[in-house]
This record gives sequence, structure tokens and C-alpha cells, in this order.
Amino acid sequence: MASITFREVEGSSLKYWMLFGVLGLFVLFGALAWNHMHHYGHVVTGMDNQIVWGLPHVFAVFLIVAASGALNVASIASVFNKPMYKPLAPLSAILALALMLGGLLVLVLDLGRSDRLIVAMTHFNFKSMFTWNVFLYSGFFGLVGAYLWTMLDRNVKPYSKTAGTAAFIWRLILTTGTGSLFGFLIARELYGTAMLAPMFIIMSFAYGLAIYLMVLAAAYSWTGRTLGDAVMMRLKSLLAVFVAAVLYFVVVHHMTNLYFTKYHAVEAFILRDGGIFTTLFWVGQILIGCVAPLVILLSSLGKQRTWIMIACVLIVLGGIAQMYVTIIGAQAFPLDMFPGLKETSSFFDGEVHSYAPSVPEFFLGLGGVAIALLVTTFAVKLLRLLPASLDDATVAKLEH
Amino acid sequence: MSEHDTKSEKEPNSPERRRFIGAATAAAGLAIAPGVMLYEVAHGRPEEQAASSAVRWGMLVDATQCATGCDDCVSACSTENGWTPVAESRHPKQAPQWIRKLELQDPLTQMETNLPMMCQHCADAPCVDVCPTGASFKRADGIVLVNRHTCIGCRYCMMACPYKARSLVHESLNDTQLADVPRGMGCVEACTLCVQKIDRGDGNTACAEACTAAGHNALLFGDMNDPESEISKRLRELPTKQVRADLNLNLGVRYHGI
Repeated sequence: MASITFREVEGSSLKYWMLFGVLGLFVLFGALAWNHMHHYGHVVTGMDNQIVWGLPHVFAVFLIVAASGALNVASIASVFNKPMYKPLAPLSAILALALMLGGLLVLVLDLGRSDRLIVAMTHFNFKSMFTWNVFLYSGFFGLVGAYLWTMLDRNVKPYSKTAGTAAFIWRLILTTGTGSLFGFLIARELYGTAMLAPMFIIMSFAYGLAIYLMVLAAAYSWTGRTLGDAVMMRLKSLLAVFVAAVLYFVVVHHMTNLYFTKYHAVEAFILRDGGIFTTLFWVGQILIGCVAPLVILLSSLGKQRTWIMIACVLIVLGGIAQMYVTIIGAQAFPLDMFPGLKETSSFFDGEVHSYAPSVPEFFLGLGGVAIALLVTTFAVKLLRLLPASLDDATVAKLEH
Repeated sequence: MSEHDTKSEKEPNSPERRRFIGAATAAAGLAIAPGVMLYEVAHGRPEEQAASSAVRWGMLVDATQCATGCDDCVSACSTENGWTPVAESRHPKQAPQWIRKLELQDPLTQMETNLPMMCQHCADAPCVDVCPTGASFKRADGIVLVNRHTCIGCRYCMMACPYKARSLVHESLNDTQLADVPRGMGCVEACTLCVQKIDRGDGNTACAEACTAAGHNALLFGDMNDPESEISKRLRELPTKQVRADLNLNLGVRYHGI
């Protein structure tokens, strides 16, 4: 197999530091937003005792799910022995770590008592899916970190496959855990199903790869390195398969619910009467997130790089819409404590709950995205993560 | 909701129950020194003595006696536990409500029912299951509580509770809290069955006292494990239901007339 040269990004141009500065600014906004929420309490957010998880959770869960998906490219290289993917693997691993960091920061900074993070790390209830996730997230950092090390240090290179396989298995368990955060809840009608675990895994494949492709293309375009079509075409076909699989899972989930009379009300809410949630489901999750990217990726448009990038952006937007519907839509629909009866109370029982995200929540979420991108931007300058060239000839040599 | 409540029917003969009777009989023989007898738990207990599983505190709500428009139980709870009544709150959607009056109507028959809704003190509480730090816990005597020192405000318990019984404290309390009811911004809270009153030996909750004082007698508090307690006797006679009995959570609050 031909060898490939990895080289740091020089990162001394004005453009690099501008990018760094803009991302840093958003990290600062995120920090200020957290400070505001932490000082005044959640009263300054749009969240209340009805919608208890809001926009920060949408961002956090999206980033965590995308993080495990971003690792896929590396997994294909080491676990499934596809040499073409090997040069793409280091970026995949660092992006996975960065996205995970961003997601976790948003998650913990949205806690009612974010100052008590140490309590979450020292007191455990092993029946809680959240506790499991604490270990899954820490393990992810450890395993992916070790895997990255085996890719960057020749002395430990022989362990790369073992580390890659361990990271791959771990990431599958991790996303199972993320999906099960919701899957293990009995109270809400849209949750409480094993379906959410595999559905989150397939969503992670799509969201993670879409983000990976955008970062890869941006890195090569902005540094003036060559990124050949061979790589792009292979990855975009893979992306189309993932998006189709997401659509399949979403359809099966809702079709199953539609068959059960007890779920008719909540399905009618999401699919027909839910206002913003219905719009976000059909226009955001289905049309923008699945149908439009599929049309682009599977048609001749998918041969053009600009259109592939548009498809990636649409998948990410659709993914955020999906998280919004999954997390907030499920809470907006009232709990059915007395099936068949109309409920009213001072605590808004029996009513559809409204939610308007506040500015601090939005910036806290964006802060997580910015941290992820900032870490990636800095890492490619610091470490040899990107091949000097990914032109078609170099890539073709890898496969022979 | 299912009329059948297998768990509560089985309860009097459960192994746990049998073990308790055995232990209580053995203990009764040894109970010479004052203050250590198991049944004394029902009459307040010294601070150093742990809550006992010999007791299961619970509540019987007679919805047929619960008056429309009366919210004495809610006011009494707010006064006893120091939370601001929702009507006085500047942020009603974010204001904690430990207990609320629920009005139910059958759309077909127009039949209306009133009842108070609060933490149901499940024996198998979903909030306790999901709490990452173990801050949500069930005391030996069946009361489900939140440890104010280890709650990190993640709100997972609020996502898990089928009764919407829990509230997050969204804003600073400005020291409005009472000495024996610790609360705090960023923590989750709910009905404690007036645990401070129970531990003092009052033997009743503020809501039940208020309901009795108003002459409605819709709330009866007591030890569901003691076959001679008023609540146990009433529960034996009255047909009662658990809300969302399908979830099989074995609730400490039982409703008649729903």
C-alpha cells in the first residue's frame, strides 16, 4: 500500500485567525449565556415545569449523536479494512472528540446546578441511564483518544486495529445509551420504545458523516490542498444510504404508533395538529432532512461538490429539527393521566405546552457547536491529522 | 384505567408484609426500653433513628368529597412548605406547584370530578430509577424525596414522572424558604408528604388537615402498613384506584371516585 503524507495546517494566515476569532467569539457568547442562566436561574430561559428540556438539550443531544457518527469514517478504515478511508481517519477521530466535548459542555452547563458537576461524577445510581451515559462519554474520550494516538504515533501503530474496533463497539453502545435516555422513559408517549436506540445510531451515522464531509471539504478548500472526487463520491453515496435508513426508521416508528389507538392522539399532534412541531417534522425533519438530500445525492446533482455540501447542510438542519421534535415535541404533548377524560388545572394539565427558546439558550447551544469547531480548527494546526493531498491518483494507489 | 389493581390486592399477604409481622412480633417481646418499639415510629422518632420500612405512609383521596373550587389543600401545602402560590407568582409556568387541583370531565357524559394531584409516592418510582446521582430517593417509610445536596438539576426525574408531580425551582427564593423545608434554585422538588411534620410526630399532612378543617374529609393520611390505621380500614372498604395503574408503580396515594 502506498504511504500517505500527513501534514499540519499551517494556520498562520489571516483567514485562519479570523475563523479562530469568530469561533472564539461564539464560545464567549456561550459562556456569557451560561453565566446569565446560572446566575438568575432557569427563569431566564423559555423552559418551565412543562417543557423541562429545551433548546440546549436539542443542541447537546444532536452534537453527542453526531460525535459518535463522525467516528464512522475511521471505523470503516480500521474495523472494516478499507484502505481508502485510512487517510481520512485521524480527522474523523478528532472531530468525534470535539463534537462530543461541545455536546457535553452544553448538557452540563444547562443543569439547574451546573456548579455541582462534581456530584454527578462522584455519586452514581446505576439504574439510571444518565449514569450509564456518564461512563459511556468518559470511555468514549479514553478509547477514541487512544485510537487517535495509535494513528499518530508509529510506535503504537500495531494497536490501531484493536483500538479502532474497541472505539467502534463503544460508540455503538454509546449511541444506544443516548437513544435510551428517551427510550427508557415510561411517562411520555413518544418515548418508551427500544426503537429509539437503533434509530439514534442510524441518525448518528447520517449527522456525523454530513458534518465530517463539510469539515473535510472546508479544510481542504481553505488550505488549498487537493481533495479528489474519488473520496467525495464514495462518501456521498454512503451518506445517501444513511439518510435513507434514517427515513426508514422514522416511518416504521410512526407507522407502528399509528396502528395503536392509544397513540393516535400524540401521533395526530406530531403529524397533523402540532403547529410548529408538525411543521418542523414534515418540512424540517422529513423534507429538508431526508427527502431533499436524497434527491440531491442520488441524482446527477450529487456529482457536483456544491450540491453535496448543500445536502450536508440540509441533513444537519433536518437533524436539529428532528431533535427539536423528538425532545420538545414529546414534552409539549400533555401527559395522559386519565385516559378519555379532559383535564384542567393551574399546572397546565391537559394542555399542549408552548415553548419559546430564549436568547441565552440559543447562544449556549451555539457555544457548544463553536467549541467543537474551535477544537477541530486548533487540532489540525497542532497535529498531523490531514493528508497533504487527497487527489484521485494518491487515493487510487491506496486501494492497490 | 384498569379497575384491577393486582399489586395492592396482593400487598397484605406479600412476603415483605409477612416479614414485618414476624419482625414486629419478635421486637414486641424485646420492647422494654422506651423509644425503640417499632410502632413508635408512627409517633415521631428521634433524629438519630432511621425511618422504618415497617411503616408505609400513604394517602387516600376521596374524590367524591373533594369540593369544586376549593383549594384549601393547595394553600395549606404552600404555607406549610413555603412555596409561593401560583397566583402570586410572576412566572406561573415556571412556578413550583407541589400539589394542584385537577378538574376532570368526561367528554361523553359531562361527568365532572375534582381531585388533588401531587407526588404519588410510588413504591417503584420512575424518578428514583432515572436520577443519575441518587438524589431522588425513596425513604424506608415509602416517602419519595429529593436530596437537596445531591440534586444537580438535570430534570430527568421530571421527564420520567408520569404524574407531572415535580417542579424545578427556576428562580432565586430570596430566603423565603422555611427552616425545616430546605429548597433551592436549580433543584427539583415535589410533595414530601410533609415529611417534617411526620418526623415531628404530627401524624398528618398539611393538606389533609386543611381538608378536614374545611369539613370535606376528602383526604386521609396514615400508615398503610398498619392494619388498624384509619386509612387501612377505609382502603379495605372503599373501592380505590391508582392513577395510571397500568404502569404498576404501586402508589402511596389511592383515589376513590375516579
